[in-house]
Amino acid sequence: MKAFTYERAKTPAEAAAAVANNPGAKFLAGGTNLLDLMKLEIETPSHLVDVQDLKLDRIEETSDGGLRIGAFVSNTDLAAHDRVRRDYGALTRAIVAGASGQLRNKASTAGNLLQRTRCPYFYDTNQPCNKRKPGSGCAAIGGYSRQLGIIGTSDACIATFPGDMAVAMRVLDATVETVKPDGQTRRIPIADFHRLWGNTPHVETALERGELITAVTLPKPIGGTHIYRKVRDRASYAYALVSVAAVIQPDGSARFAVGGIAPKPWRMAEAEALAPKGAKAVATRLLAGARPTSDNAFKVPLVERTIAAVMAEGAKA
Amino acid sequence: MTATALPAAALDAAQPMPGAKPTTMPVTLKVNGKSGTLDLDTRTTLLDALREHWKLTGTKKGCDHGQCGACTVLVNGTRINSCLSLAVQHQGDEITTIEGLGSPDKLHPMQAAFVKHDGYQCGYCTPGQICSAVGVLDEIKRGIPSHAQADVAARPAVTNDEMRERMSGNICRCGAYSNILEAMTDVAGAKA
Repeated sequence: MKAFTYERAKTPAEAAAAVANNPGAKFLAGGTNLLDLMKLEIETPSHLVDVQDLKLDRIEETSDGGLRIGAFVSNTDLAAHDRVRRDYGALTRAIVAGASGQLRNKASTAGNLLQRTRCPYFYDTNQPCNKRKPGSGCAAIGGYSRQLGIIGTSDACIATFPGDMAVAMRVLDATVETVKPDGQTRRIPIADFHRLWGNTPHVETALERGELITAVTLPKPIGGTHIYRKVRDRASYAYALVSVAAVIQPDGSARFAVGGIAPKPWRMAEAEALAPKGAKAVATRLLAGARPTSDNAFKVPLVERTIAAVMAEGAKA
Repeated sequence: MTATALPAAALDAAQPMPGAKPTTMPVTLKVNGKSGTLDLDTRTTLLDALREHWKLTGTKKGCDHGQCGACTVLVNGTRINSCLSLAVQHQGDEITTIEGLGSPDKLHPMQAAFVKHDGYQCGYCTPGQICSAVGVLDEIKRGIPSHAQADVAARPAVTNDEMRERMSGNICRCGAYSNILEAMTDVAGAKA
């Protein structure tokens, strides 16, 4: 691990300025992903700004009946919150489907959104990777790509966003709240938070240099049956091959966001409008333009089948 | 080339390190009930602080990447992977390691149950398994939900499925899982 200096910021704006003013600086929250990558020298910050003292560890009700989740709230505390379990069940389900108990106890809400891909070529520092070393190429294209993306990818990168929590946040229309180094705040819809790779796969989110996530807000509850179905190689503690977060209403209308297939949770209003026509219609629209590899072509029918399973579960509830 | 002791300055010149220079900071931890302060390189993980500096080698280093659970300890009562946490993140925190749970003449109930049910073979993952198991039963008691629940809004119960799911972050290469489960069931039953 490369050497670094360490500080604890006192306010969100101070933390943002501390990172903005130091080109080698990064925020440190739980550290579960960052430290893993620092040990491999994939991440090499020369300074860490720890955000644990910023009082961002609370969940509050908003004036419109929604919730504001502090950026430093642990995955466990978020999943276990009474209102989340009752009114936003897809979120609790998605969180407990991810990682292990130990990791969820430490990992933060903002850190979960900012986790890096688990593409094996991103992790292998002997291989070219446009995300790890811009311009070096992509060893995943033409390589072993079973886990990797089928849509929203590019000729520069076929990695996926690996998280579960964000897939549920996408289906719940969450908003990411931030503060910039000059103290200005901004609200980013979760749909616009993660970027498609394009020619700059190392730029993964809409955040600017030094911009700090302070909270994630959820709009008021929408009712319905909340489902998170994750298909993976092991029953526990494995990344999704395909996952579907869904909210299904008694009248048959539905929201679907899909994880494990793209640089971001994949959701389309046009596909949801086809819910009355069944899973095939929804999946076909959702995956129009998909470019799977021969290794991961199985994900195309798997998305349809997972949506079908989710619809069946919703109809039963 | 033969190994020769070089003065620190010569080593620095021979191996220039890009970026920041190694930095130390005082770190205060309350380990197993006893407070102590040590100057540590900022890179020191909580795991290395416990093993190499507090000299408590009960906590084990397996993968060092949060995948195996051998390094699990309780921090302020909650289980985490000590390998994926920096010591400097834990100023003032209360750390409980396998040595703090119990001692050979006064075993913690979970330690006694692992012995009774043969919840190990080689023993390397065992300190992490035991710390994790203690954390799991506390999490179920506090009503923390899990993937094993059909209804996440309900309170979880102490069942095999619950404990298996919640222990998935602890790997046992010898495959002592079924006996670990029996040990946990024994302790959970004794408490109920």
